[in-house]
Amino acid sequence: MVITSTLAADAARLAAEVPDPELPHVTLGDLGVIRDVVEHGDRVEVVVTPTYTACPATEMICGQIVETLAEHHITAEVTLTLSPPWSTDWITDRGRERLRQAGIAPPPSGVGDDLEVVLDLPVACPRCGSHRTRRHSDFGATACKSMYSCEACREPFERFKPI
Amino acid sequence: MPAPTNTDTHHLTYLLRQADRALVLSHRLSEWVAHAPELEEDVAIANLALDLVGQARVLYAAAAEIEGEGRSEDDLAYTRSDREFRNVLLVEQPNGDFAHCMVRQLLHDAYAIELWSALRESTDPTLAGLAAKAVKETAYHLRHAATWVVRLGDGTDESRRRTVDALDDLWRFVDELFDADEVEDALVAAGVAADPAALRAGWDRRIDAVLTDATLERPEVAHPARGGRDGQHGESLSYVLSEMRSVRVEHPGATW
Repeated sequence: MVITSTLAADAARLAAEVPDPELPHVTLGDLGVIRDVVEHGDRVEVVVTPTYTACPATEMICGQIVETLAEHHITAEVTLTLSPPWSTDWITDRGRERLRQAGIAPPPSGVGDDLEVVLDLPVACPRCGSHRTRRHSDFGATACKSMYSCEACREPFERFKPI
Repeated sequence: MPAPTNTDTHHLTYLLRQADRALVLSHRLSEWVAHAPELEEDVAIANLALDLVGQARVLYAAAAEIEGEGRSEDDLAYTRSDREFRNVLLVEQPNGDFAHCMVRQLLHDAYAIELWSALRESTDPTLAGLAAKAVKETAYHLRHAATWVVRLGDGTDESRRRTVDALDDLWRFVDELFDADEVEDALVAAGVAADPAALRAGWDRRIDAVLTDATLERPEVAHPARGGRDGQHGESLSYVLSEMRSVRVEHPGATW
């Protein structure tokens, strides 16, 4: 994302601070879902890529970007793009740390195209750091999370699925 | 507007075949929700169905654009007649027991992961973009199905019997997954489609690995069933589609 104008830069900064509707501990900037901000005269176009093809939060994310920018007197429209596809590799270091603090095991970085290899790697407990963890289900309350528990500290936890 | 070319017609058919496959299987899965053997499975199956709806939506939207007659993704999903559906027969089969559901997923997901993996190289940017995303979603689906088939196949006498029965019932729908006609032939040549025959080796390898872990064997099939890709379906498709469309029929044009 290369932004030269002040309006687009302001819009990008504001949009990046919008919290994710399903994971309010992290922002859209942390997740890396905002791909571009383009200025069209006195309006901006925010290009967003959904985390999952069917992520139900996508519409709400788009609405909240438009609303937030409107509060700062910026007229915006959001367009969606699937390509290049969003990957958990785009979550920032700050985003990973915020997830961990919220009790959600962050995804490993560097998933690339080898997801099936990454899926077999051990997962660290977000509370005690132990790798003695057990996967209960690859699927959880949202499309982006799976369910684990820690054998060391006995706590259940969610994991942000590498994708 | 330029008249549609042969390639456009083939492209539309290809997108609809894949979209219908995803949508019909998604609906079969959603029928399972709240009936799975444990809560985690209700959640898992709902997630599988959701991913498939997401994939179907992208495919229908792309199909609607190529068709160029002003129909929307919803129009394509809800208003075509049963005989216009182009899904493979495997995905429309009525739900049986849980082993049946997991075996159907395994046979399907091992195909889907090979398909999406190949379509990442498609010259159609929408297909390539969707494929790069869907191949990862499908990796989770496949691991889920494989885990269950191993657990059930190498489980109790009853779970094993049910898994064997499911394989016996569903195996005849496998060959259709890898069929090609003039649609695929033309689109493979254009770099749009994945060559179905080329997906078979990867599918075989994945399935055989799971069956070995599950201490199961491939069933013998005398008469493979096919025809769904050309609109020749069993009556079960009509039931699943009419249920899927019931709200739309009751409240035409409703939004929420």
